[in-house]
Amino acid sequence: MSPNSPKKEYTRKDFISDQEVRWCPGCGDYAILAAVQRTLPSLRATPENTVFISGIGCSSRFPYYMNTYGFHTIHGRAPAVATGLKLANPELDVWVITGDGDGLSIGGNHLLHVLRRNIDLQIILFNNQIYGLTKGQYSPTSQVGKVTPSSPLGSIDQPVVPARFALGARATFVARAFDTSKKLPEALTAAREHKGAAFIEILQNCPVFNDGVFDLITDRKTGPAHQLWLEHGKPMKFGADGEKGLRLNTKTLSLEIVTVGEDGVTEQDIMIHDESNSQLAWMLTDLPDVVALGVLYRQLGPVYNESVDTQRKLAEERFGEPDLHALLRQGHTWTVT
Amino acid sequence: METTAAARAQPSPRETLDSVVIRFSGDSGDGMQLTGSQFTTATANAGNDLSTFPDFPAEIRAPAGTTYGVSGYQIQFASHDVQTPGDTPDVLVAMNPAALKVNSEVLKPGGLLVVNTGAFTPNNLKKAGYESNPLQDGSVDRFRVLALDVTKMTLNAVKEVGLGSKEANRCKNMWTLGLMYWLFGRERDQTIAWLKNKFAKNPKVAEANIAALNAGHIYGENAELPHGISAYQVPPASLTPGEYRNVSGSEATAWGLVTGVQLAGMKMMYGSYPITPASNLLHHLARLKHFGVTTFQAEDEIAAVGAAIGASFGGSLGVTGTSGPGIALKSEAIGLAISAELPLVIVNVQRGGPSTGLPTKTEQSDLFQAVVGRNGDAPLVVLAAATPGDCYYMAIEAVRMAVKYMTPVILLTDGYLANSAEPWPLPNLDALRPFPVKFHSDPEGFHPFLRDEQTHARVWAVPGTPGLEHRIGGLEKDRSTGHISYDPHNHHRMTKVRHQKVAGIARDIERAKVDQGESEGDLLVVGWGSTYGAISQAVRILRGRGHAVSHLHLRNIWPLPEGLGPLLNGFNSVLVPELNYGQLTMLLRAEFLVPAESLTRVTGQPFRVGGLVEAVEERLQRSAR
Repeated sequence: MSPNSPKKEYTRKDFISDQEVRWCPGCGDYAILAAVQRTLPSLRATPENTVFISGIGCSSRFPYYMNTYGFHTIHGRAPAVATGLKLANPELDVWVITGDGDGLSIGGNHLLHVLRRNIDLQIILFNNQIYGLTKGQYSPTSQVGKVTPSSPLGSIDQPVVPARFALGARATFVARAFDTSKKLPEALTAAREHKGAAFIEILQNCPVFNDGVFDLITDRKTGPAHQLWLEHGKPMKFGADGEKGLRLNTKTLSLEIVTVGEDGVTEQDIMIHDESNSQLAWMLTDLPDVVALGVLYRQLGPVYNESVDTQRKLAEERFGEPDLHALLRQGHTWTVT
Repeated sequence: METTAAARAQPSPRETLDSVVIRFSGDSGDGMQLTGSQFTTATANAGNDLSTFPDFPAEIRAPAGTTYGVSGYQIQFASHDVQTPGDTPDVLVAMNPAALKVNSEVLKPGGLLVVNTGAFTPNNLKKAGYESNPLQDGSVDRFRVLALDVTKMTLNAVKEVGLGSKEANRCKNMWTLGLMYWLFGRERDQTIAWLKNKFAKNPKVAEANIAALNAGHIYGENAELPHGISAYQVPPASLTPGEYRNVSGSEATAWGLVTGVQLAGMKMMYGSYPITPASNLLHHLARLKHFGVTTFQAEDEIAAVGAAIGASFGGSLGVTGTSGPGIALKSEAIGLAISAELPLVIVNVQRGGPSTGLPTKTEQSDLFQAVVGRNGDAPLVVLAAATPGDCYYMAIEAVRMAVKYMTPVILLTDGYLANSAEPWPLPNLDALRPFPVKFHSDPEGFHPFLRDEQTHARVWAVPGTPGLEHRIGGLEKDRSTGHISYDPHNHHRMTKVRHQKVAGIARDIERAKVDQGESEGDLLVVGWGSTYGAISQAVRILRGRGHAVSHLHLRNIWPLPEGLGPLLNGFNSVLVPELNYGQLTMLLRAEFLVPAESLTRVTGQPFRVGGLVEAVEERLQRSAR
């Protein structure tokens, strides 16, 4: 991100637009909006250099509520519009806001390519496992069996795992959080600090069409047993007292949940998280009974917009000042007298 | 040998011709496009006016010897003004039986057929669908035939270079070119220099090709040509003095876009997905990064236009190029640019449709798609280039309108314009008027849909500007704040504003005027796009025959120029020739309630001048009855 030092100290309020927020009462989007508005000042972001680009869906109304530049585009295409914007002005801090339908169904192709190109953007995917704005049809992340108006006998679609999709696209930064989590700002901060395309999946509750779908993970009582917050270089432990952990079973090449002190399991058996290990990240995307949160994967790679800039400079060195007169005369010309 | 030297010193007098149409034809792997373009350069050097038409199959390397793998390149050159590549060839070069099979119907009776007998093997004859050898069964008796074993003579000519037989065999197009150079009195220097440069890393191949070229030429010098075939000369045309180059529509479009953004003082982002016949535009622009051009080969057509829109939002000019199927995919995004009122240039190099249609063939059937092909009332500007060189000026005009009016502009060209070449007087860059873009910067009273009173264009406020933070999108906006609005009256008014903005551009373009002939008369031929040359020539012939016929050619398809209605009404009848099933005709009828008649041709090929002349005369007779 460009370190445009702000002229003044901005606060949360500077990032709140004058528009009335129109999400349903109790929607998880409110919490995400508040987290972003709270986090941006601490990142020394400025309203004028920050842009939110969204597609279509409930989450995509997000830009209207930010007192920054914003573009509410068309269904699924936000990554493409953000790409063009970033290429036109790499100094801007560009965020893409999308959802499970917008980003993984109609816009799946663009998400794949924006991630593999590694354009310097932050992409926040609000995953509520449902189509909210069209009134409750199953989405590409809905669980099999989900009963909705378009699947009265239950969805028969196998769901996509967003983080797994991102890793498959060779994303260089993959993180996961949930809407009401206190650790959401940390994930947002890490995403913005990453150079390249940073993908964050946020589990988000839809109180109208899919209420409570993440309760087991996000509930204060049940949550600790189902949340694994990852820290680079630290053992992957969870549970109310951190008694549980992940151990690598080298025979099956899979991660298994173990309890320290039971069956001879010791602290040393718990695997240490390594953000740069894509194989580990792959296993972490889809664990049984627990959800890995925080930064699953982070690795630096060539950044597309920087490569574009490098090639432009190369062309300038090779061909010199732009000269239309010479351009039109390249090859063969002749004079009629 | 003595006699040969003497003959060379005193060439037999050449027969003088006013104009010649040659079609080079062979297998897709025979190098016919290269042969044709080299002949074109040499012909331009000789001072003739010319027009070309490359016509190649969609298959990259169709099975050798098949009729569907035949690739052709037609050129008309003359001592006078030339506007089309010619209706029917005077000379057909057929490198194999399939090329003869495909083209023998178009060669004029009495025309010269140059044919490579070396390729007329039983196997090739069978692949082309001949039951007997047409060179022996009387099928080609109506032509003057120059039957030569080009294959054998080429292999002899390049033997000393020591290439493999496959590579040696590939030189036969140069042997043929050498012969054609001799027949029409062209110089070889340019081609020799080009070969040396092209094969700089492989000097043996360069040497062999040059040897073949020279051998073909020497053959012409020495050979006793059959009765009725002689060497020809076509005197130079009297072109307007000035500096010229050959230009294809693809090149001219690319250079026009670059010139346009320079005149606007901007940078350009060209987003595109490869598609025939628009890919060349991407290739040309990709080489112009030092002109502030960023090219982005997107994952699909939608991403290509989406990135262009994002660039325009960011203060560059977003441009996207494609053909009809690509426009179909981009339609929703184009609607977004209309709603968000952002500049955007969309080049549609039209091809045969619907669906995949005829990818490598030309057509003008995307006019409706351009003018009305979007959801909602979604007006934008539609321009159409008339000739390869005109693509340059229309591309500049597209940029000018896009940034001045904050609107998408569709520039229609087509496969024929994109691939054809013509001698082009180089533009006087100093005479092009700059139109520098000014971004809005004043926070006082700002909202993103503040409009210029005259043009109705909204302000262009780009991200990064302090105090102008705003949100736009595809939802309807309040006319006086730019915020989302579901107010019924506001939507009606915004629809009207968008309409008026585009309609008002009619005041910023030249009034309708006839290109040739009087402003009233018996019949007005109204054309648009690449049919310019054929219509122009046909009307010249008709007027020469005393008919009160005029030609009007539309470059502004939407909005239509002012004064067009009265002009149409000044004629007893209006005929609209189009390479589609009557699209402009319907538009003119709807707009002006005139009984315009349609002349349609949907063959994937350009109009023939002769066909147009006949059609107009037939209509004139009908209305005289």
